[in-house]
Amino acid sequence: MNTRTDRIVPRHAGFWSDLSSVALRALRLASRDLEAIIPGMAVPLFFLIVNIGSLQSFVEGNLPPGFDFKGFQLPVSVIFAVTGISRAGSLVVDVQDGYFDRLLLTPVSRTTLLIGLMIADLAVVMVMIVPVLILGFIIGVGFETGILGMIVFILIGASWGIAFTGFPYAIALRTGNPTAVNNAFLLFFPFAFLTTAYVPKEQLTGWLSVAANFNPTTYLLEGMRTLILQGWDSTAILQAFLASAIVAAVSFTLAFTALRGRVRRK
Amino acid sequence: MTSSASAIEARGLVRRFGDKVAVAGIDITVATGEIFGFLGPNGAGKSTTVRMLTTLLAPSDGTATVAGFNIDSEAADVRLRIGVALQEAALDPKQTGRELLDMQGRLYGLPKDVRLRRVDELLQLVNIGGSIDDRIATYSGGMKRRLDLAAALVHQPEVLFLDEPTTGLDPTSRAAVWEEVRYLNKQLGITIFLTTQYLEEADELADRVGIIARGRIVAEGTPDKLKRSIGADVIIAKVGAGDGARAAQVLSALPDLDSVEVSGDQLVIATAHGASAISPVAVTLANNSIKVSELTLRTPTLDDVFLHTTGSRMDAEDQEAVAV
Repeated sequence: MNTRTDRIVPRHAGFWSDLSSVALRALRLASRDLEAIIPGMAVPLFFLIVNIGSLQSFVEGNLPPGFDFKGFQLPVSVIFAVTGISRAGSLVVDVQDGYFDRLLLTPVSRTTLLIGLMIADLAVVMVMIVPVLILGFIIGVGFETGILGMIVFILIGASWGIAFTGFPYAIALRTGNPTAVNNAFLLFFPFAFLTTAYVPKEQLTGWLSVAANFNPTTYLLEGMRTLILQGWDSTAILQAFLASAIVAAVSFTLAFTALRGRVRRK
Repeated sequence: MTSSASAIEARGLVRRFGDKVAVAGIDITVATGEIFGFLGPNGAGKSTTVRMLTTLLAPSDGTATVAGFNIDSEAADVRLRIGVALQEAALDPKQTGRELLDMQGRLYGLPKDVRLRRVDELLQLVNIGGSIDDRIATYSGGMKRRLDLAAALVHQPEVLFLDEPTTGLDPTSRAAVWEEVRYLNKQLGITIFLTTQYLEEADELADRVGIIARGRIVAEGTPDKLKRSIGADVIIAKVGAGDGARAAQVLSALPDLDSVEVSGDQLVIATAHGASAISPVAVTLANNSIKVSELTLRTPTLDDVFLHTTGSRMDAEDQEAVAV
């Protein structure tokens, strides 16, 4: 047995090296965790078909001629596809298995333990958008803004997906409980349904109309729909990114506060 | 960084969890190149001490340096110089063994060629053959332990912490771990802080032993010195239920007995001259109508030291009150 040749000098690898180490591991594990990802792909495809099948005639019948309900619904399915996609469940397993402690015993930059996972999430989220888009093309949805608009559309969807990841990570780090992490998706319900998911804003009445005004998802959907249905509207697009940024500010604050609590050594 | 020559130096280390005191002010000095055995029953405070010394937990009070760096104010420097194998193998079941070792190397800033070389070197230690490229979830318990140890060694630490490295292992795997620990210490010069609840393990491996009970170190020294401290020989007399205290009382009148301890239905009698003392012990107990079912003469063990210093056997210690 021989476990040493030349003397090694360990050192701090540095922020970017740590970040790539954590992100690459997370991506590798995501590719081995398809059973957790594939259902997440199937659900939005299902809702896209069902919503169009059940509501298209009703909604288009109550709106001026030329309203494209398929294009109107596609962003909803994209938001459903990307919301709640995160490695938070894997993070809980790391905490429970002690692997998170092993990482803390190394000189790794603590913030990269979370940012690295989010980078992996970004890649997964972008992949998740693709099948929804393909189904949209198959059923006849087109982009008024062309390929560039489609890229911006993907970026808006991805920005929302990443913005939302802060919530499950905060729950994972705070509780270390897989069931609690799975239930983080419930947080999405008010975002998803108190908005213009099924009908345009002007069709909403009463309290729901008021709630939709304060719901960031409303502006997110508006920006994405503009790219499909109308053309370039910089205000709507900026508002969509701003909506993601506001949600990110809240969720990331919660997540990084939870991370600080987890690594505080108290 | 301090100028201390000790690998580990702790003074008045305390750790509280709410109103529970897990570690109640311990002092430890471990010399560079030494194997220090930290012996105690479950819940005595061993793992909490290790978690403080390895920077996973902040002490509530007291100070300590590891490899010359303060565990509180210079935690990052400590982490660069230590390797840790915690009580439960801390592995990622979805990675392969090779991926896990390579990731460890990356986090310690090792260049790719050095990481490749280290993984190959550690493969000899891990001794899991072609399984290194299999997912860790498929490994046996013994393989996981060995991989965990290899992960702790990737960056050639100066100080290695092994928290109950053989708990739950079969005798063959335990012997293999002992061999590895000796090799790491003697051949590679790594200072080793080893916690264990196995007396035999501390006796076999440690240059010096610290015995911890209820969060305090109750005895410290080389195993031989500790055992000699309670006498050259030990006579064990198994008496009837309820006779222990009376037996101890009648034996206290005999000359040449250093101490008489009662542990359940056993009397543990320390003496410098076991061969000559055993007959008077048997006669005195018989004359006082105390029935003896077994009478044994042997040399002292660390368990006898534990009994002598704490008043109870290690396996009888219920230390839930301070367990965390």
